[in-house]
Amino acid sequence: MRVELPFLSDDQAQGLSNLLSRRTLLGVSAAAGGLLATPLQAFAQADGTGTSPGAPGEAEITVDQARTAPIPIAIPSFGPGLGEQITGVIAADLESTGLFTVLPGAPGAPDFAALKGQGARAVVTGSASGSSSARVEMRLWNVLTGQQIQGTAYTASAANWRRIAHTIADVIYERMLGEKGYFDTRIAYIARTGPRHHQITRLAIMDQDGANAHTLTSGQWLTLTPRFNPVRDQIAFMSYANNRPRVYTFDLASGRQQMLGEFSGISFAPRFSPDGNQVVLSATRGGGSDIFIVDLASGAKRQITSSGAIDTSPCFSPDGSQIVFNSDRGGSPQLYIMSASGGGVRRISYGHGSYGSPVWSPRGDQIAFTRIANGRFSLGVMMPDGTGERILTEGFTVESPTFCPNGRVIAFCRQSAAGAGGAGFSSGIGTIDITGFHERPIRTATGASDPAWSPLRG
Amino acid sequence: MNFKLLGALGLAVVLAACSDKSNTGASTGAGATAQETGAAPGSEADLVANVGDRVFFDLNRNTLSSDAQMTLDKQAAWLARYPQVSVQIAGNCDDRGTEEYNIALGQRRANAARDYLVAKGVAPSRITTISYGKDRPTADGDDEQAWAQNRNAITSVR
Repeated sequence: MRVELPFLSDDQAQGLSNLLSRRTLLGVSAAAGGLLATPLQAFAQADGTGTSPGAPGEAEITVDQARTAPIPIAIPSFGPGLGEQITGVIAADLESTGLFTVLPGAPGAPDFAALKGQGARAVVTGSASGSSSARVEMRLWNVLTGQQIQGTAYTASAANWRRIAHTIADVIYERMLGEKGYFDTRIAYIARTGPRHHQITRLAIMDQDGANAHTLTSGQWLTLTPRFNPVRDQIAFMSYANNRPRVYTFDLASGRQQMLGEFSGISFAPRFSPDGNQVVLSATRGGGSDIFIVDLASGAKRQITSSGAIDTSPCFSPDGSQIVFNSDRGGSPQLYIMSASGGGVRRISYGHGSYGSPVWSPRGDQIAFTRIANGRFSLGVMMPDGTGERILTEGFTVESPTFCPNGRVIAFCRQSAAGAGGAGFSSGIGTIDITGFHERPIRTATGASDPAWSPLRG
Repeated sequence: MNFKLLGALGLAVVLAACSDKSNTGASTGAGATAQETGAAPGSEADLVANVGDRVFFDLNRNTLSSDAQMTLDKQAAWLARYPQVSVQIAGNCDDRGTEEYNIALGQRRANAARDYLVAKGVAPSRITTISYGKDRPTADGDDEQAWAQNRNAITSVR
C-alpha cells in the first residue's frame, strides 16, 4: 500500500478541478434494490481554496492514471457504531482496487485547506442514524474547490448496511473514475472442506469482499463451476447429484434447482448468454465433448460443434455474436473462436503450452484464460484475435478466471501443491487487476474455488 | 524437455510398481480362487485383490498401454466369470489440466476402458461410466508419481 502522498501540482489541481466541477453538474441518482436513495442539497461551498472550473479540454482521472498514482481520498468516520462500520466498508472497497489511497480525516465539516495540505483530492463525509431502519447520508467533495460532487441519503433496513456502504463506494468510484464500480456485487463459488482426495464441495455465495458467505447446497454430491445469470438472480452449476453429473440452474430467491436440458452424456461447463435466456455448455459424447446452446425457457438444445474432439469451456462474447471455447481438436487443448451459430472456427492461442478456461471480458476487448506449461499454471489475457497476450499471475494452479462487471478486475482460483497425505494443499480465491497489479486474496472461512462474479445488483 | 523426461521416468517407476503388484496377483491369479484372499467371489474386494481395478494413462492421453490392456483382459475374464456383476468405470485426471477440460478427459479415459471391455465381450449394459475430472485424486501428493497414479480409469462393482 502506498503511503507517500505528493502535493498536487498546479496542472493536476486544474485538471482535477475541471473534472470534479463537470461531474458536479451531472444528474444525481443512485438506487439499488432494497435501498432508497435521495439527493441531498449541496451545502454552501467554496472556502476560498477552489479554482475556477470549466476550461475546455478538461482532464480525466483515468483508471490507468490511478494505477500509477492512486487517488488520495479522505474518509472521516460517519460516526460511532453503524457509521464507523459503514466507513470501514467504504474504505476497504476503495482500497481493494489499488486505485485509491484512503486517508483519515477529522469528522465534521471538511477543512479543505487542511485536506489539501494532506494531499487529499476528495473527501467523503457522512452520518448514519436509525436502528432497524438506517438512514445514511454521504457527501463527496472536491477538496480543491470545496464543492460538493455528490450528496445522497440512503434509507434501508439496517440489516442491509453493507449494501449501503458498497453502493456508496460504487458512487465514489464512478464519480472519481468515470466508470461504474463493482462493489455491490456477489461472488458465487465452491466451498471446499475435507481431505484433498475427497473434498466436500458446496455451492456457496458471498459478497465480493468475502462478507455474508453462506452455502446453498448440502455437500452430498460433488458440485462445480457456478456461473451467474447476467440478468436474473440465478446460477447455473454442475452437480453430480445421484451420480449423474449434469448442469443445473439454481434460483437464488426460491432455492429451486432444475436440471438443464436432456443429455445422455455428462453436461458441464455452463455459461449464460448475455441476455440471460440461454446457456452454452458442453456434453460428453464418445471420446470427446460437443458444445450446445440450451434455451432456459423451453429446455430446447441446439448443437454447435461436433468435432469428435473435446470442445468445452464455451463463453459468449458480450454482444452474443461469438463464442470462445477450449478444444483439443488440434492435439493439445487450445483456445478457439467461432460464431454463435458454430461457423468460422479459428484458433487464437499460440503461446507455449496448453490453454483452457477462457472467459470473455464484459468490455469485449479481452479474453482471460489459463495457460499450462511445464507443469505450472498462468493466468493471462489476450485480445479476441489472439494478439497481445499478457500473463497476469502464475502459480502451481491458477485457473477459473471471472471478470467483475466493469471488466477491470479478475477473480480466480489459486491452489497450492499437496505433499504426502495432502499436506500443504490449499484452495482459495484471489483477485487481480487486469494489468496484473494489486493481486490479493479474498478471505473465506473454508477452502474455495470456481469463483463467478455476479452482475451489479440493482 | 526435462519435465517430459522426468514424467516418463516417474511413470515408468509407477508402472513398474504396478506391474509388480499385478504380477503378484496374477501368479496366484489366473486360476486364483477368491477365498485365498478372503474376498467374496465377484465382490469389489475380489476385483481389487485378484484382478486389478484400475489402469493408468500418460499425460493428456487415453491410449491403453500394454499393461493397461493386460489388466482389462483380466477384468473381462473376471466379468465373464461373474455375469451378474455390473461395474462402473470412473475416469480421473491429474491436476495439471483445467477443471472443465479434465472432466471431458476423464470421461474419454473411462470410455477407452469400457470400449476395450466391450470388445472383449462384456455386455455394454453391464458397464456405466463417469468422470471425476481432477476432483477425486487417488494419490494426495503433487509429484510425478502421484500424478501418474491419478491419471486412471477405476473399475468398481456397482
